[in-house]
Amino acid sequence: MCDCKDEKGKALDAVLDEYGRDKGSLIGILQKTQDIYGYLPADVIYSVAAQTGTTPAKVMGVATFYTQFRLEPVGKYLIMLCKGTACHVNGSDRIEAAITNELGIQNGQTTEDGLFTLKNVACLGCCSLSPVMMINEETFGSLTPDKAVGILNDLRNRKEEQA
Amino acid sequence: MRVIVGEGSCGIAAGAGKVYSALEEILNGGASFELGITGCIGMCFLEPIVDIYDGEDLAARLVHVSAEDAERIAEAAQSGSFAGIRDLVIAEDDASFLSQQTRIALRNCGIIDPTDIESYKARGGYQALEKVLKTMTPEEVIEVIKVSGLAGRGGAGFPTWFKWNAARDSKGEEKFLICNADEGDPGAFMDRAVIESDPHNLIEGMLIGAYAIGASEAIVYVRAEYPLAIIRLENAIKQATEAGIIGDNIMGSGFSCKFRYMAGAGAFVCGEETALIESLEGKRGMPRLKPPFPAAAGYQMKPSNINNVETFANVAWIINNGGEAFAAMGTEGSKGTKVFALTGKVRSGGLVEIPMGATLRHVIFDIGGGIRNDKKIKAVQMGGPSGGCIPESLLNTVIDYKALSATGAIMGSGGMVVMDETTCMVGMARFFLDFTSKESCGKCVHCRIGTRRMLEILTRIVEGNGQEGDIELLEELCNAIKDGALCGLGQTAPNPVLTTIKYFRDEYEAHIIRKQCPAKECVNLLRYHINPEKCKGCTMCAKKCPVQAISGEVKNPHEINQNLCIKCGQCITLCKFDAITAE
Repeated sequence: MCDCKDEKGKALDAVLDEYGRDKGSLIGILQKTQDIYGYLPADVIYSVAAQTGTTPAKVMGVATFYTQFRLEPVGKYLIMLCKGTACHVNGSDRIEAAITNELGIQNGQTTEDGLFTLKNVACLGCCSLSPVMMINEETFGSLTPDKAVGILNDLRNRKEEQA
Repeated sequence: MRVIVGEGSCGIAAGAGKVYSALEEILNGGASFELGITGCIGMCFLEPIVDIYDGEDLAARLVHVSAEDAERIAEAAQSGSFAGIRDLVIAEDDASFLSQQTRIALRNCGIIDPTDIESYKARGGYQALEKVLKTMTPEEVIEVIKVSGLAGRGGAGFPTWFKWNAARDSKGEEKFLICNADEGDPGAFMDRAVIESDPHNLIEGMLIGAYAIGASEAIVYVRAEYPLAIIRLENAIKQATEAGIIGDNIMGSGFSCKFRYMAGAGAFVCGEETALIESLEGKRGMPRLKPPFPAAAGYQMKPSNINNVETFANVAWIINNGGEAFAAMGTEGSKGTKVFALTGKVRSGGLVEIPMGATLRHVIFDIGGGIRNDKKIKAVQMGGPSGGCIPESLLNTVIDYKALSATGAIMGSGGMVVMDETTCMVGMARFFLDFTSKESCGKCVHCRIGTRRMLEILTRIVEGNGQEGDIELLEELCNAIKDGALCGLGQTAPNPVLTTIKYFRDEYEAHIIRKQCPAKECVNLLRYHINPEKCKGCTMCAKKCPVQAISGEVKNPHEINQNLCIKCGQCITLCKFDAITAE
């Protein structure tokens, strides 16, 4: 368990207070915990379990049941590629192939430079613009393989400019 | 004049935010027009959309707007002369997408400002709630809903009044009213549109329901994948609380109701009501055995009633206009209107709300404008992973719970994905089984293992390794899963496979016996060829081929090395001479 009260630890305390350390609010607690850490580190899962009066196994069960929760850190840019029905019909498989080809990662993996993580998701609900992907809350629609690669290159260049 | 930018998720994805920023900059520079936002009008194929209002009248609807158009839009709004923006004005054909609809659940979407309670009130908002609280008993409310014939819009079509009545009759001090906004069906987005574009309509419908069943707390369980919907809902709850519409002694009536939302965390099965309740309680979303039904023992084992977003979105209208007015629309067994998310290979995709009883053909061809690129329609998928594919020959089927079920598909939540001749139906079935096998919660063996085995069989068929007897094996598994699964997700998971076998058995046989994909979509069954008579030797394909599978001399016909080709299709897209074909 983490006894150190760094900034993240304090933020976690505040979250637990907000939900009254109630195990019935476990999903909300884990969502906000993930906002703080970017993922759910193992020691934090133990800590949340102890603080809410449940077992680490129960917390782990919830964390692994829902697709939103991550047990490993993600890259700077989280690519959520929509694999919904409309996107499938309009060629999301070819978009995925272009992205994996460009970045050298498969679904669920992160590039070595820590810049991109690729995650296939069920449906982003922007079906009329399919195929669609969302990168850090920004949605890109009507994709073609070339367009998708172009967007990744733009983001990569943005990073280089900053550096 | 007022310039209103459509800022639903689709609009923003298409660039509405940039259009708004550009207009705002002009406004801050001293221009004189009003600037505002609205939600989603449902004409996704025309986004970003900007409306110019003269008073209450829509003076012009502009489509496919970009930030570069901001100057001339501002100019037009100030001068009142639209000559400079004529090219942006919506075409008559496109405008008919909306004019052919009857909007009840979506009546305010794309018209009001979803971030402002006053905008909702100006359209008669919260009058139904006031009427209910001050002049009606809960029993009278339930009676109006019964007369209206409103049925669950989440897919099952269970009569709403019956559920409300059961929850009302349940004994218990504390009761809950829950809204299922976990719109997990890939291809459906009407619930998102309602919450983003008209959140107060949802709140009003839920409060009326809460009063009818005697609930002291109303909870919206909303998908986490809808960040904008959550922001707008949160804002609306805050405004309604400040206005005394949520909380203690609402409108001085003595009725009190708390209101909150919870964001889901990504699990399709949580759209099943008992799984949703488990999730609300902070657990894994695994369905419970019924009975007891939620009306008797739901959230925290207390009486609970769960309805879908679209169901609630109809309630205030029904109270204001009477149950008879709602029941006057539709068919014998299906009353009112239904919202569909029309997508796929259709020309004009978006949200369509029409009275029940219209044919599928009417929706796809008259409203949706038919198929893109003049291709031929093959089928329409309804009801998502729990539904099925309806073939072209049955497009005169009317929209009615029973009529649609008779085809093997279901009404579902309203996803309507159109497929043309280039969509492989076996691939489609495989797509859905890939989805359901991942989303199975794992509680029942038949669903957990059965969907996995079905996925394996479908995968080998689309990869060209199908065996004789596979179709029969699939059918056997389908029936076993239907019988052996506890919840709706499991029981309906075989539907996409059963309907495609029923209507497109020849496609399955082509894959299994002849190792061919008639839609030319399954890459493992394709071979790409360059027609030497058409190829000009421009070298374009050879340069762009990602695996250097194409070779040849300049100005001479090229060839594809089949051992290297990964069938990515880039060369077909690139070739200007239609020399490359897939067979």
